[in-house]
Amino acid sequence: MLSQLPVLPVLLPLIGAPACALLRRPTLAWVFACLVAVLAFLCTVSLFTTTWQEGVQTYALGGWPSPWGIEYRIDLLNALVLLVVSGIGAAILLASRASVWQEIGETRRGLFYVACLLCLAGLLGIAATGDAFNLFVFLEISSLSTYALVAMGPDRRALLAAYNYLIMGTIGATFILIGIGFLYMLTGTLSMADLGERLPAMGESRTAFAAYAFIVVGVCLKLALFPLHLWLPGAYTRAPSIVTVFLAATSTKVALYVLIRFTYSVFHLEFSQLAQALDTVFIALGVIAVFAGSLVAIFEADLKRGLAYSSVAQIGFMVIGLGIGTVEGLQASLIHLFNHALMKGALFLALAAFILRVGSSNFSSLRGIGRRMPLATAAFVLAGISLIGIPGTAGFISKWYLVLAAAAQQQWILLGLILAGSLLTAVYIWRFVETAYAEPEGDSVIQRNEAPLGMLLVIVLLALLNLYFGFDSRLPVETAGGAAQALLGGDAS
Amino acid sequence: MDVFSYFNYWVVVVLMMLGFFIVIARGNLVKKLIGLNIFQTSVFILYISIGNVSGGAAPILEEGVALYSNPLPHVLILTAIVVGIATTAVGLALVVRIHAAYDSVEESEILAQDEPC
Repeated sequence: MLSQLPVLPVLLPLIGAPACALLRRPTLAWVFACLVAVLAFLCTVSLFTTTWQEGVQTYALGGWPSPWGIEYRIDLLNALVLLVVSGIGAAILLASRASVWQEIGETRRGLFYVACLLCLAGLLGIAATGDAFNLFVFLEISSLSTYALVAMGPDRRALLAAYNYLIMGTIGATFILIGIGFLYMLTGTLSMADLGERLPAMGESRTAFAAYAFIVVGVCLKLALFPLHLWLPGAYTRAPSIVTVFLAATSTKVALYVLIRFTYSVFHLEFSQLAQALDTVFIALGVIAVFAGSLVAIFEADLKRGLAYSSVAQIGFMVIGLGIGTVEGLQASLIHLFNHALMKGALFLALAAFILRVGSSNFSSLRGIGRRMPLATAAFVLAGISLIGIPGTAGFISKWYLVLAAAAQQQWILLGLILAGSLLTAVYIWRFVETAYAEPEGDSVIQRNEAPLGMLLVIVLLALLNLYFGFDSRLPVETAGGAAQALLGGDAS
Repeated sequence: MDVFSYFNYWVVVVLMMLGFFIVIARGNLVKKLIGLNIFQTSVFILYISIGNVSGGAAPILEEGVALYSNPLPHVLILTAIVVGIATTAVGLALVVRIHAAYDSVEESEILAQDEPC
């Protein structure tokens, strides 16, 4: 059992998905999907602690050892991403029932959970695998199920959003495929560890450069880094509320992981001339993403769409950390990856609860929501405060490390820009606070109408986790630190 | 001739650009998908070309043959073809649904029916 641990989080949902399709009753499908997701989460927790104590875990699929077969290789970075994705995934599935029952037709509810499990399997597979081509396959598994999930959105614009996402996503995935093809041409291997050993020895090869360019553009499409973010607001806004929570909290995180993995473990760009130029590009795009995303979010009339643009901005922060290119920068980026999943999970899930009760995510219809749904609103505000980065919340920790990393490189302008970007976050969160606690227009009778219990529990739990990791930040900070050290220390193990 | 010895790769580049152009320039949702398919097909050809070893035989074990082509890229691309088919299927299914909802597959006509999303 224990020796199979690295593969279990991926296998459980992958086998669970077709099994789930056999269940006729939607409630059964929901219970089954939750069960699978929670089991996968327990496996990743166990995997995380094992990796934490014993170092890198490997698993050769089918018994074929590494350069020949597909190897799952779990180091701290993989373990962290697996933990975030499966944890948030399980929490969201548990909370999903009321919202899904409202937004999705009866015949499709069972299939909705099948697609959720497939998407989870794909995302966990990306985070677990040590094989470049296997990564592409899992990427497509998660992407295809995501297109289906987005298309289940309540109005017809969801279809167009899903179609646009499909076109952009497939171009991105095909770019990654081209990049992997070049790598195989150059080295004759697909194992990431093996590639990492052979590629630096090739020197500044133009093929390797082209491969990296293709992979970066492809992954950035998936990551929705400015200016490749065009699919994201549409998809997030039109998708069913639960799918938006799921996407915002997990799929961009996994894309960031892929970018980090390829940059440092496969291409070892920390030793390369290219790194300098690339860092500037990442920082510039990250800063633009922060400002463009935040500014659009401030003026957006629809809260769901506003939060989607806010995701573009937060991805900018993570990429800035990556662009700083030091151990501290990478650590900040990974901490923000962890914390942002918690924040956006709580924010979008609270929003799903509002939509469930109010029927719309427009600011005008959310007036006075703070009196109707005090707990969910409080959780939203708490997560929002964390998003801004006020001390005492998880968001502060990630911003703090990001600022420290910029200061260590004496990039004072960048430091100022990061702080200014955080202030913009405060503007759109404040706008919600103002609306939520304002007097509703017209009739003054306000009925308390909280979200359903299961949903409310998860919302409050996620919001409290934001608070908890603001005070006791050892888990994300130390894991991210260890992972960043392993990536940049030139120590491949 | 240098140009002809890289014939496959020239085909790949031309197909790739053609497909990409169709995806970007066309407003018809079905044509966009066809462009996407051409784009993906070019990558399949790229992979298959990689596998070629000059003078190598088809990778089937046989006596008296020592040099084989590399079968691995072919196997890889078999997977990618399946992925491509799945993508096209999902894409076409979406187009069918879009057509049912908007009564059109032209992007401009569809966008005119809704405020921007």
